[in-house]
Amino acid sequence: MTEENRYDLVVIGSGPGGYVACVRAAQLGLRVACVERYARLGGVCLNVGCIPSKALLDSSEHYATARHRLAEHGVRVDAVELDLAAMMARKDRVVGELTENVRKLLERHKVQILAGTARMAGPGKVRVESADAPPVELQARAVILATGSEPVQVPSMPFDGRFIVSSTQALGFERVPERLGIVGGGYIGLELGSVWNRVGSQVTVIEMLPRVASLLDAQVSRTLERLLRRQGFQFLLESRVEEAVVEGDAVRVCIKTPNGEEERGFDRLLVAVGRRPLTRGLGLEALGVETDPKSGHIRVDVRYQTTVPGVYAIGDLVAGPMLAHKASAEAIACVEGIAGLESEVNYDAVPSIIYTWPEVASVGKTEEELKELQVPYCIGTYPFAGAGRARCMGETDGFVKVLSHAGSGRVLGVHIIGPRASDMIAEAVLAVECGATAQDLGRIMHGHPTFSEALQEAARVATACAIYGRGA
Amino acid sequence: MKQDIVIPDVGESVQEALLAEWFVQPGERVTKGTVLFVLETDKVTLEVAAEADGVVEVLVEAGETVTVGTVVGRIDTQAAPGPEREEATEVSPADRRGEKEPEEEGPVPSSERPAPAHIPEVPREGAPSPPLETEGLPSPAAAEPTPEAFPSVARLAAEKGVDLHRVVGTGPYGRVTRGDLLLFLESQGEEAAAKEAAASGAVSTPLGAPAQAPREEASSEQAPETIRKPMSRIRKRIAERLVHAKQSMAMLTTFNEVDMGRVMDFRRRFKDLFRERYEVSLGIMSFFVKACVAALQEIPEVNARIDGDHIVYNNHVHMGVAIGAERGLVVPVIRYADRLDFAGIEQAIVDYVKKVRENRLQLSDLEGGTFTISNGGVYGSLLSTPIVNPPQSAILGLHKIEDRPVALDGQVTIRPMMYVALSYDHRIIDGREAVTFLKHVKECVEDPERLLVGV
Repeated sequence: MTEENRYDLVVIGSGPGGYVACVRAAQLGLRVACVERYARLGGVCLNVGCIPSKALLDSSEHYATARHRLAEHGVRVDAVELDLAAMMARKDRVVGELTENVRKLLERHKVQILAGTARMAGPGKVRVESADAPPVELQARAVILATGSEPVQVPSMPFDGRFIVSSTQALGFERVPERLGIVGGGYIGLELGSVWNRVGSQVTVIEMLPRVASLLDAQVSRTLERLLRRQGFQFLLESRVEEAVVEGDAVRVCIKTPNGEEERGFDRLLVAVGRRPLTRGLGLEALGVETDPKSGHIRVDVRYQTTVPGVYAIGDLVAGPMLAHKASAEAIACVEGIAGLESEVNYDAVPSIIYTWPEVASVGKTEEELKELQVPYCIGTYPFAGAGRARCMGETDGFVKVLSHAGSGRVLGVHIIGPRASDMIAEAVLAVECGATAQDLGRIMHGHPTFSEALQEAARVATACAIYGRGA
Repeated sequence: MKQDIVIPDVGESVQEALLAEWFVQPGERVTKGTVLFVLETDKVTLEVAAEADGVVEVLVEAGETVTVGTVVGRIDTQAAPGPEREEATEVSPADRRGEKEPEEEGPVPSSERPAPAHIPEVPREGAPSPPLETEGLPSPAAAEPTPEAFPSVARLAAEKGVDLHRVVGTGPYGRVTRGDLLLFLESQGEEAAAKEAAASGAVSTPLGAPAQAPREEASSEQAPETIRKPMSRIRKRIAERLVHAKQSMAMLTTFNEVDMGRVMDFRRRFKDLFRERYEVSLGIMSFFVKACVAALQEIPEVNARIDGDHIVYNNHVHMGVAIGAERGLVVPVIRYADRLDFAGIEQAIVDYVKKVRENRLQLSDLEGGTFTISNGGVYGSLLSTPIVNPPQSAILGLHKIEDRPVALDGQVTIRPMMYVALSYDHRIIDGREAVTFLKHVKECVEDPERLLVGV
């Protein structure tokens, strides 16, 4: 064992969990190695997730705006044309720049980047294998597993990489599919559906549950469904794909709907029914790292330590929403814990965002969750149609919904569907984190005219309902 | 019975709206609050919910323009159940936020692990340990047991005296988040307030009784070493006031002793007559109140208060009389004690004791006192230093009467003696005044005839 292969910390995976863990550990003075099996760093988020999808969403939104919205603003353009190849090239460029930035960031922090596939070879031992170098065995005081997740395969709709695809391929269709079927009405299906719907696909979303994006507050989810329908989405809710068969250049899909069986043909079928922790091949069983047989999550304690001392897991591998920022937050908490600091993640204040148009963003409890928990609550909603800025922009769809505790007034949840919801939600996250009341949100000054004024107004509505000082 | 579903007033002087979508099917059974349909105008989008339980009948299809007041459907509140549909909406989705099921089984962590209820070890603060490149592998830091609660949540729970197993956890692995704990505390707050309200209805229990409740509770479990209870509002107020008093004035105490023989003799002689005439018994308090009134009139500073750069002299005496109550000491004020006779004073005290017992005391009863008498003697106190009740400037402390040998006219005799203490604000009352005041009170009580002739 050479000295150079000894590390304080080895991180497996370089996504938003892994690379953040590496940087934080380096800042705390640890000697760190990061193992990544792909040539490009950044994991799913940077390569085939958040970033490329947002690049395409922004590009396709420009296209849709140019086609449908500019005239309203008095801007006339002739013959708007789509250059899909250029759009894809731009996306790749954005991804390339950002992944390169991750590499520079790690290098600047003197994190050793090792290309190859990692496997736990024993307690404190990580074996790295790659095609073009002999295997290496690393010694580590601590190992953080940050390998993320992968799309769930459905036996009746096996991915073929061409016609029946996962989100990864749906980010890179070479032609606009005329008819795009999407199995799963979650955020991945709705975002990618939006991209292709805007550039001309007829998008049909098949969802087993009665609602799209079913984790959202029901009022928001209903509004989103309605607005997407207006954009041309078709939804088959409470429906299930019985069979999907590739026939020639199309996929024939048998769908069981509440109104009986239906057969549809699609040029492409995107299966986006969920993601599963990527724990295969890491040698976890042999080491004794326990996973939840149902969800596939690795069991961890509050310091993200698995059932094996010295082995930690974060991000999509562990329970909680599969979100990049949640993984990054856990990375920091985990590393700081390893370094002997007290650190933790506040799971009450995890924002989640769907980048449709309008955007959807939320933090905290939904109205349905509060009902189930039997918490007395106040609702304040305010439509963007009432916000001057939204009128100026011509984006008046949607609303802000603030849920606060009926007794204390504390903000318990904020749900936004509307323009720039993704950035507006940060204020709500801060409110939840700091235990602010709806009155606080309603009283602080918001610039005028801004979209955030809708949040302020919704908070004021919620304040009016709260009974302050009851019984105390 | 059938209830009409009516287009509500959308506001903003909107008369027409598009019935954009029905969320329920004709014949579907709904419960009150179920969203039925959505209205769209150029200004707002409005969801309309059912106002009763029942089966929905649709009269106006989606896509039609409707005006305010239009009946667009009905709810048959007595219809037999239609095809069950709404159940489906309640099914919780395959949940990417984590396992939902355990929530229904009650406190989650306990079902999963034998449950370390203990508070986590003291957080390891300070700089991270330097990398130990030469040390043996793997890391020893990992071997220690880690708590199952988030440290900050465990700390807050300990601070608030909450057993985390009672809190429903919505975090990953069913862990209790800070928000879960806050929700629990907020719900407890309501219960506690309700309990307090219920308890105050039965204040007739003797003093000290409330302490028994937590003690019993404790022994039935594994007898924790400490019990944490939220301070009642009255306790908090008392605490605030006392600290304020201590910090805001130059307080000190002077002592004297009173031979109670004459007063006791007085009472013996007149108590039956007194009771017959005034229907109230003659206590020693009225003698002290009378004596104080006389002394206050002689030394007006004791009945005065500081207000900024001024001294405010009171020409009346509003006498605060401390009465022990179940939830703390209260000091109701006998208004214009200087104008009352013995019977009037005794009657006022009896009235207040009754009010305290029945929890009928009003804030106004406690306000405006110019001087206070506190009788620690009823609890057996031999000597103590009372704390002045601002903005008042002095307080007289009475103590227990006890037979003590005293030298009287060159003889050692046994007399019923009481120590008295006057705490006063030295900023406004000089030592000479304080001592003179207390001496005057002593003399008036020792020779009640002085009250008669006013010397």
